[in-house]
Amino acid sequence: MKSNIKELVEYLNNNKPDHKINIMEVCGTHTMAISRYGLRQLIPESINLISGPGCPVCVTPAGDIDSIIEIAGKYEVSIFTFGDILRVPGSKSSLYNERSEGKDINICYSPADALDFAKNNPERKVIFIAIGFETTIPLTSVIIKRAYREKINNFYIYNTHKLIPEALELLLLDKEVEIDAFLCPGHVSAIIGSKPYNFIAEDYHIPCVISGFEPIDILESIATIIRQINKDISEVDIQYKRVVKEEGNPTAVKLIYEVFDKSDSVWRGLGNIPGSGLKLKKKFLKFDAKTYFPVKRFKSREPAGCECGDVLKGIKKPAECRLFSKICKPENPVGPCMVSSEGSCAAYYKYEKLKV
Amino acid sequence: MCLAIPAKIIKINKNIAEVESYGVKKEIDISLTPDAKKGNFVIVHAGFAIQIIDKKDAATIQNYWKEYLGEKQH
Amino acid sequence: MTISKNKKIIKIINNKKFKDKIIQLSHGDGGIKTGELINNLLLKYFGNEILNKLEDSAVLNCSGKRIAYTTDSFVVNPIFFPGGDIGKLSICGTINDLVTTGCTPVAMSLSFILEEGFPVPDFEKILYSIKNTTSDAKLKIVTGDTKVVEKGSADKIFINTSGIGFLGNNIDISPCKIEVGDKIMINGGIAEHGTAILSSRKEFNFKTSLVSDCAPLSSLVNDMLSASKKIHALRDATRGGLASILFELARASETNINIYEDKIPVKKEVRGICEFLGLDPLYIANEGKMVVFVDRKDADKVLQAMKKNKYGKDSRIIGEVTKKGEGLIILITELGTKRILDLQYSEQLPRIC
Repeated sequence: MKSNIKELVEYLNNNKPDHKINIMEVCGTHTMAISRYGLRQLIPESINLISGPGCPVCVTPAGDIDSIIEIAGKYEVSIFTFGDILRVPGSKSSLYNERSEGKDINICYSPADALDFAKNNPERKVIFIAIGFETTIPLTSVIIKRAYREKINNFYIYNTHKLIPEALELLLLDKEVEIDAFLCPGHVSAIIGSKPYNFIAEDYHIPCVISGFEPIDILESIATIIRQINKDISEVDIQYKRVVKEEGNPTAVKLIYEVFDKSDSVWRGLGNIPGSGLKLKKKFLKFDAKTYFPVKRFKSREPAGCECGDVLKGIKKPAECRLFSKICKPENPVGPCMVSSEGSCAAYYKYEKLKV
Repeated sequence: MCLAIPAKIIKINKNIAEVESYGVKKEIDISLTPDAKKGNFVIVHAGFAIQIIDKKDAATIQNYWKEYLGEKQH
Repeated sequence: MTISKNKKIIKIINNKKFKDKIIQLSHGDGGIKTGELINNLLLKYFGNEILNKLEDSAVLNCSGKRIAYTTDSFVVNPIFFPGGDIGKLSICGTINDLVTTGCTPVAMSLSFILEEGFPVPDFEKILYSIKNTTSDAKLKIVTGDTKVVEKGSADKIFINTSGIGFLGNNIDISPCKIEVGDKIMINGGIAEHGTAILSSRKEFNFKTSLVSDCAPLSSLVNDMLSASKKIHALRDATRGGLASILFELARASETNINIYEDKIPVKKEVRGICEFLGLDPLYIANEGKMVVFVDRKDADKVLQAMKKNKYGKDSRIIGEVTKKGEGLIILITELGTKRILDLQYSEQLPRIC
């Protein structure tokens, strides 16, 4: 469907559903774009956009942060991480605070930079915090294979990677969650393609549209969803055709499963989701930080009153959380949804907290 | 969750490509897009190309964006 | 002689206790944490009616003569960056703070803290840069100091400055003068200093032609004041970016403002660095940008005067003061939708999300 923004907005207003429909956008970058461009101001009220658990920082359990901090304190290591995770609160502290106290914690733009540092500094033990969904997992796979090939044995990863389709299935099984359609993540889909979402359309009869990140992409995707709903059909549609192919990026997917096997994984706010995580294959276990830098295991405890679980599932909007904006703010985040710049609460706080 | 930007490949040297986006050049890893060639547009995430952009589809989106807003001079 | 009324300054943080136990980088980046440090700690110890205004320069009344007085410290890393160095920065930064009062800068002090082992040729490069910048701005360094500390106790070189200027009796520029209807202007593209620094950092490995916008703006302000007597407020946008300055001024003047996103000049390469790293240019440092609030009747002629100055060729009107209020900044997006521009919590970090 080719169109422009004005036409799309008109189309949505002329074809708006007569009852409220919930479209879950499963990608922190979508959450940000929707808020940043004020897209909710353009679409009819009956179309309700809710943010899902598509923010890897938000769904990293506090226990992982605690473990990483423990490793940084107990061992002589250089930690490398993406900027996003620096301020995630653990039970007592964050990597940002630990860095202020002198721990060797560094930000890198790319995992390749962390590996290069390890190669150029063989006397240091380097741990890269491998976080992210399918967009980022192939990158970790590439550097692990490179580390193996070039015998860079002072390099490790602290693996917290998670997989999206399994989380979506959990949401669909949750009776409290009411989702009428998914706006699927554009760059995860660039890797995995559109087939992993087929079960949602076929078994649950819920439309899925894989969307790009420009305002026109998102509006076009919402329009496609509305058209499907009005015609009572459910299909997986690729709006982001310029980047997402049906088969995804097979090279990248193959690489993921050369290095990793599926495993269970705990998602902050959602609990354990079977098969939604990854673990290093035996051949690559020598790069596993959890094995070589053992620390006492921390049980994840959510702060009292935190409603991130409900927000991540789309049951509550950020403003409906009791703590939102009163106690839980960007400068003092209680739960993960406020921490990450793309968490639903952070995006909401930044862009929409005051009705304009 | 997946900040990635389009960039054009200017040079390739084995698995490293120099790309350009908005006039900024950077070297990135193209191990995940082994078919990428000089002149292709790729989508870049954390220093890696994750997919080649279909130029035909990219052009249509940009044209409609421009139509709506008018030509922008920077 | 008119002196601004001592209007109540709305503090960013209101009378709270300073809770942090250690100093963090965010305390120095011009965002909310800096505000906490200043309001909840520093002012508690030595606040007074002049200091509490928290303006870039203090205006003192010395036996009938009005003097603007400012101080600043420079710790930029790397010390040599595209478009300048710490020396040039220290002169420009001081001058720009002074001219926000509308004064004519007269003299500066210059102090160095040098790390043992700092190469003399590098030091001389910086001295040469300082000499050029002070000549360009027709300013004298009249007093100074030098200290050397052991290796590891400072990062190569830190510079501290102070500056004084004379204020004409008929000039009264301060946030309290901002009025509903005022137009808001800026003299060129934002975020150039911050992105030039980022792009030159080895760990990111970018190739760009970006240079810092570091520049002394005394002649620009002079040209503006010659064009109009109705300039209400001036502020140089430095750390914390354009957004932080707008936030400060809106709060201080108790007004709400509209800013038009598509009117804010942003160079293509600045956008490129921001896109790569996931940063927002509105919050990235500038070192040669003046934000101007002017009576709407004089806006066009001030804009023309700015455009004729070498540091104002890309000047634009970017917004207006809409009404009295609590200091809300409403950003009108390219789509015509609205969102609130808030103060950044702390320095932005490159992200993947």
